Amino acid sequence: MNNPQLNKNGELQHLLTTEGLPVEIVRDILDRAATFIDVSDGLEIKNVPLLRGKSVFNVFFENSTRTRTTFEIAAKRLSADVVNLNIGASSTSKGETLLDTVDNLCAMHANMFVVRHAQSGAAHFIAKHVAPEIHVINAGDGRHAHPTQALLDMFTIRHYKKEFHNLRVAIVGDVLHSRVARSQIHALTTLGVPEVRVIAPKTLLPALVENLGVQVYHDMAQGLRDVDVVLMLRLQNERMQGGALPSAQEYFKYYGLTEEKLARAKPDAIVMHPGPMNRGIEIDSSVADGLHSVILAQVTFGIAVRMAVMSMLTGAKG
Amino acid sequence: MNIQIRGGRLIDPKNNIDAVRDVFIVAGRIAATGAAPQGFVAAQVIDAKGLIVVPGLIDLAARLREPGYEYMATLESEMEAAVAGGVTSLACPPDTDPPLDEPGLVEMLKHRARNLNQARVYPVAALTSGLKGQELTEMAELVDAGCVAFSQADAPLTDTRVLMRAMQYAATFGFSVWLRPQDSFLGKNGVAHDGEVATRCGLPAIPVCAETIALATMLSLARETGVKLHICRLSSAAGVELIRAAKQQGLAVTCDVSMNHVHLSEMDIGFFDPNCHLTPPLRSLRDRAALRAGLLDGTIDAICSNHAPVDEDAKQLPFAEAESGATGLELLLPLLLKWAHQDKFALSDALAKVTLQPAQILGLDAGHLSVGAAADVCVFDPDAYWKVEPAALKSQGKNTPFTGLEVQGRVRYTLVDGQIVYQTEGHN
Repeated sequence: MNNPQLNKNGELQHLLTTEGLPVEIVRDILDRAATFIDVSDGLEIKNVPLLRGKSVFNVFFENSTRTRTTFEIAAKRLSADVVNLNIGASSTSKGETLLDTVDNLCAMHANMFVVRHAQSGAAHFIAKHVAPEIHVINAGDGRHAHPTQALLDMFTIRHYKKEFHNLRVAIVGDVLHSRVARSQIHALTTLGVPEVRVIAPKTLLPALVENLGVQVYHDMAQGLRDVDVVLMLRLQNERMQGGALPSAQEYFKYYGLTEEKLARAKPDAIVMHPGPMNRGIEIDSSVADGLHSVILAQVTFGIAVRMAVMSMLTGAKG
Repeated sequence: MNIQIRGGRLIDPKNNIDAVRDVFIVAGRIAATGAAPQGFVAAQVIDAKGLIVVPGLIDLAARLREPGYEYMATLESEMEAAVAGGVTSLACPPDTDPPLDEPGLVEMLKHRARNLNQARVYPVAALTSGLKGQELTEMAELVDAGCVAFSQADAPLTDTRVLMRAMQYAATFGFSVWLRPQDSFLGKNGVAHDGEVATRCGLPAIPVCAETIALATMLSLARETGVKLHICRLSSAAGVELIRAAKQQGLAVTCDVSMNHVHLSEMDIGFFDPNCHLTPPLRSLRDRAALRAGLLDGTIDAICSNHAPVDEDAKQLPFAEAESGATGLELLLPLLLKWAHQDKFALSDALAKVTLQPAQILGLDAGHLSVGAAADVCVFDPDAYWKVEPAALKSQGKNTPFTGLEVQGRVRYTLVDGQIVYQTEGHN
């Protein structure tokens, strides 16, 4: 089976998932992202006109202001032309098929599609059907993958921890429904993190999750013991209706990240969250705003990482 | 017309024949095998040298999509596909639009099929009105109209009291009930086996216990009501084990498996191949091994194509949104041969899974070439290699997970009632 995100020369053609992504490419992305950050004056993102004359289409079948905005900023910092399309509200509701939409967008001569879709596999589907010169970045497909989020998380971890081979990382929350968690797990194992843990009640873990290379914990106090990095996941409110959880209160009591629980982790542990946060449900405000939190740095790094991915895809030399 | 099928290797599981032997057909029936009957003059001779002559295949699940889904397939296209695949009899599930829940619909389908003069069609009628799982259909009337069994197809029947009543009523008349076991709550929105691949791909999953829970309920109710129960499309190792135990305890239950599940597993989904979006879901390699073991030891009685032609647009979607199903009639025989070869299963025993055994499940005196039987015959070339290319399939459904696969075994002649209804172009 060919890896659909690499071209014949093993270079990145699309970014669809962190699974099976060669470690050299992951490192290249992180290294390149670092060059876009001006560390002399806080954490400023540079303007680098690598994509001048190129057009990037943000094709969002599922709404997300935040992710779309960070892609937009990243593209603009690279001097690309950006077109935002919220398809969720237009074509599909008029009965146009996904394939028709893709064909139409191809005809508009974009260089790159940044796609988000509620269905797992949608980004692969689109990548399979676009014109060969168009690059696809998966900005989240169903429960499957959200590779740029995972890569910015890796960037953040490397920024604070320098290395991956000596880390213990815990992912906490709704792994079952989380594309972020899946992409994080693949990225962490690819980069050689020796111990990746997932912490959640059984209703929020997919079958055979341990086969992804993680250790499963149901008890948060045990799971957080001596970890270097805590990756929190967002809990969707609808989980309470499907019988996956009894209440937000009980979830917070057992799986919400509080200072008390965080005390089990290493003293210099960092806390991350992909946003938007549910304060008081998966994370306590004192932790979200506390000394261990690097959540806002993640957002800044996210722009640099997305710039790196976009410029790599178009073959621009950084 | 008198036909002589000359020089072929005759395999007839029921009569324990596997030998080079001529077949003589008179007035649509098998007149003799081996030596010609007295006074026989052939009007046509089929040269079957190097070919294998078997009873026409009987498929327990082939969707013809009529009435209601003619944009997916038509009776014309699928009947042509059937005979091209050597299938001379097929049972079609009731999940049409409207569902086959009225005698008039069953009669119309039978009538249309008969006029096409190709394979024999045996409609399976809806067990409940509109397949809604609430009210029983007029079963006796439906049988009078020509249906052979009752089923919910893939529609849920959540009310176990309705299910029990349906079985009791069917048992009153000795009718068969065919059910695919899947708990509707556990199966809700699921599109893949609850295992490694669904976890990796983030696909909504259907656990194995969705099958075993429904199966345990069905087996209990069969014991209680004495109904003739046939279990459709077994998919899991645990399901095979439940059937095996029930059979050992003496319950007269039969079951089938789809050919897709004999060959494929969740791994074939790969990067979201919508052709592998099937019902039931493809399960693990361990489950596939158990299904094969179940075929070998007789726990699983029959293999069906689970033919479900789907229009191209409905497959050109992300995995979960893509319509489930694959075309299968024309692949049933080569995939059977492939499986028999892989598992070193005697060809005669393998063929029984698509001839004699399904005939018995259907309650038909068919699936064999005894003297006096209707001359439903398939003649195939076991050495012909061909590549599965969607455009070359007769079925209007072009989607199959086996696209591009090199298979062995090609039908040369199909006879129904002693009439040649299919022969490969260019072959004499």
